Amino acid sequence: MTTAFDRRSLLAGSLVLGAGTLAMPRLAFAKSAGSRNLLFVLLRGAADGMAMLAPVGDPAFAALRGAALADYEGAPRLGSFFAIHPALSEVAAAAQSGEALFVHATATAYRERSHFDAQNLLETGGAEPYGTKDGWLNRLAALLGEGAPATPRALAIAQAVPLALRGDAPVSNYAPSALPAASEDLLARVSQLYATDSELGPLWERALETKAMAQDDGLRNLRDASAAGELAASLMRDAGGARIGMIELGGWDTHANQRFAFPRSARGLDALLGAYKAGMGAAWANTLVVVATEFGRTARLNGTGGTDHGTAGAALLMGGAVRGGRVIADWPGLAERQLFEGRDLAPTTALESVIAGAMAEHFALDPKRAMARLFPGRDSAPLSGIVRA
Amino acid sequence: MSRPSIALSRFGYGPSAKDSPPADPRRFLLRQLDAYDPAPAAIAGRMRSRGETGEMVELVRSLRQDRRAAMAMADEATAMASPSEPSKDPRAAALEGLPPEYRSKLAEAREVLVGDIAARTQLAVSSPTPMIERLVHFWSNHFSVSVGKLGTQFEVGPHEFTAIRPHVLGRFSDMLKAAVLHPAMLLYLDQFQSIGPNAPFAQGGGRRRAVQPERPRGLNENLAREVLELHTLGVDGGYTQADVTELARALTGWTVPGIGRVGRFAEDQPSGAAFVALVHEPGARRVLGRAYPAGEAGQAMAILDDLAAHPATARHVATKLARHFAGDTPPPALVTRLESDFLKTGGDLASLTRTLIDAPEVWTPEPVKFRTPFEWMIGALRLTGAGKLPPQRIVGALTQLGQVPWRAPSPAGYDDIAASWAGPDALVRRVEMAERIAGNVPADDVLARAEAAFPGALGEATRTQLKRAESGRQALALLLVSPEMMRR
Repeated sequence: MTTAFDRRSLLAGSLVLGAGTLAMPRLAFAKSAGSRNLLFVLLRGAADGMAMLAPVGDPAFAALRGAALADYEGAPRLGSFFAIHPALSEVAAAAQSGEALFVHATATAYRERSHFDAQNLLETGGAEPYGTKDGWLNRLAALLGEGAPATPRALAIAQAVPLALRGDAPVSNYAPSALPAASEDLLARVSQLYATDSELGPLWERALETKAMAQDDGLRNLRDASAAGELAASLMRDAGGARIGMIELGGWDTHANQRFAFPRSARGLDALLGAYKAGMGAAWANTLVVVATEFGRTARLNGTGGTDHGTAGAALLMGGAVRGGRVIADWPGLAERQLFEGRDLAPTTALESVIAGAMAEHFALDPKRAMARLFPGRDSAPLSGIVRA
Repeated sequence: MSRPSIALSRFGYGPSAKDSPPADPRRFLLRQLDAYDPAPAAIAGRMRSRGETGEMVELVRSLRQDRRAAMAMADEATAMASPSEPSKDPRAAALEGLPPEYRSKLAEAREVLVGDIAARTQLAVSSPTPMIERLVHFWSNHFSVSVGKLGTQFEVGPHEFTAIRPHVLGRFSDMLKAAVLHPAMLLYLDQFQSIGPNAPFAQGGGRRRAVQPERPRGLNENLAREVLELHTLGVDGGYTQADVTELARALTGWTVPGIGRVGRFAEDQPSGAAFVALVHEPGARRVLGRAYPAGEAGQAMAILDDLAAHPATARHVATKLARHFAGDTPPPALVTRLESDFLKTGGDLASLTRTLIDAPEVWTPEPVKFRTPFEWMIGALRLTGAGKLPPQRIVGALTQLGQVPWRAPSPAGYDDIAASWAGPDALVRRVEMAERIAGNVPADDVLARAEAAFPGALGEATRTQLKRAESGRQALALLLVSPEMMRR
């Protein structure tokens, strides 16, 4: 293969085993004691990995994407092969300072093209749609709580707890409301009303705490991505805040006019991540952000300048603890015969392995155990070398 | 809680502004079995929409060459899931340039869905038989269908109105067949495009595949699995993968009228579905060790009848009913009584309802359930006597509260345990909504109304706060979020 890089050298694992792996058991206690933060950002609607991180070094790319190629002239590069979409400027800055990495040509085990089923699999970690009722993030919280004094606080920045976070471990949620805020006087009276209620009292206390932490959100909903990022940080940066957070972003189903639709969504994601990073302050050093989507999109632009439901795409890992500044990819190539079913970027790295591996390293869990609990029944091994020990 | 209060709030949807507390709570409930109207005027015009569904699906299929239009249509189905949200930019962009006939079909679908949600809500708010309305919603959630897949907007309302409502006091087996074989379910769980691998249509399909590579062309097990796991036996009900596959084969041919080139061979079915023998897997089937001879549409019905009578189904249904009326952890003795009642009566749901009314476990003085957002909203509207609201406002309020009918996140329906609903964010939203409702309805004499609404059940903390409130409106808002309103 004569691409601009040695694809195998991009594979994580082989180069970074050794010291890091050996050091893990020693650090296990300190990390699981709760100083590490995780934010999971789910891009609903299938974000186009090849727009996010364009394989400009692949000789077939230009023919597939035509005019869109111009968007990447002068765009920030990761190596000579990949270019980051210019709308993702915060992400590019983080990558260049070694705090962000992409995994490309990655997909879950799902090989069909339904948003609903694919999101269900990505969130539950199950082997078939609707086969598993709880989410992998919830199982992660439970796993971190085992042998620890308490289950880490987990919080969805969403109106309802998303499936990924649902399950037996206790979780909370918060979202700015389109309803007019209740008057301060009423809030105070509700506190008195619930004071002697053993269930509503503590729930209301948590509600007021969360509300106080989020008091300047000034939002009616989560559509202002930058404000949503600040909000997430404000709920996670303090010692008493949530250790696990989740947030959802829509608007990625770019079937038409992708050159206009994608940057709009990407700017939102970028603003969210930038605001979250800034908001986390010193806690950013111990923070991992995982950005994933249910599947990728077709390699070729369609007749309306968009892309349709595909297979492999890109995932983004960002944070002070990430071994960033690079791309992890076993690049499958974009020539006609290399495309999955003749139309999609072929999946070569299991997204489950990426997530389980990152979780294992970030929280000092045994990788096999993490894989078995979060994504049971997968035969692929968890990736290593993603997060600094 | 007093017995009158339990009859009103635990069995029903809470006291209505115009009701006085029942003198004989048990009789008050038993009378509802006779007074229940399965087909009230409010939904008379909302029962059938089968033509629309097939038309809409066919529209999208005819657009197969125009990916943009087809996908915009599919996206619209997703967007429909949040009808109160203003148009999001990407969708608006995707809709640009669509021919007017498609746009008008989308607008029509939205209007039908919002109207159905409002009709269902108003029915519960004004119902003289709120316990039976609760049962309608319980069973509708047991056979959960959700908007989001193409065409379902036209069908989720009729699913409840025609497959659930007529059977809530009838036989479980009749409800099972009606609900599972309704177009809403066939669409939602992909059954409508499942094709028997040895069916005449598939056998002659080699050339067609080349022409239409993206058309589904085989067995889809989605519905069969959920029938066994969710609707009948339950996840530990003792079925195997082979049973799932056999049931899936038996279900082939059941589809939605007006769809596909085989549509002209369809025979309309009483459920509103269609059966197309050309795509039905031929031959005998074996499910749970029992043999079923070849029998086209009747084959799946025969299997469903046996599943309905299975002891595991009795256990599953009994457990869910007990959880809904007696608490998140269902009392085992009540489960056992409901289970044997189910087996003894052949799944007579009126008998099960009477067993619930006579169960001491459902009359325990301590509240046993945290109200879901929908229940709370119905309770608040009944209590305040709010008049008829515009459909879009009802849907908007339910969206803000977090539970819109026919929009559950999975085929398992909305959860029926406090852990899923008693969250900090939910409390804040109810307080915000309460203040808003209290600002729009008469708010005089709140304390007396509270005493009447919660006969013998009003707590001291609530009474004190209502007395201290600075205005009638504030007192009403406090009453709406009082512990008495949050639980039943």
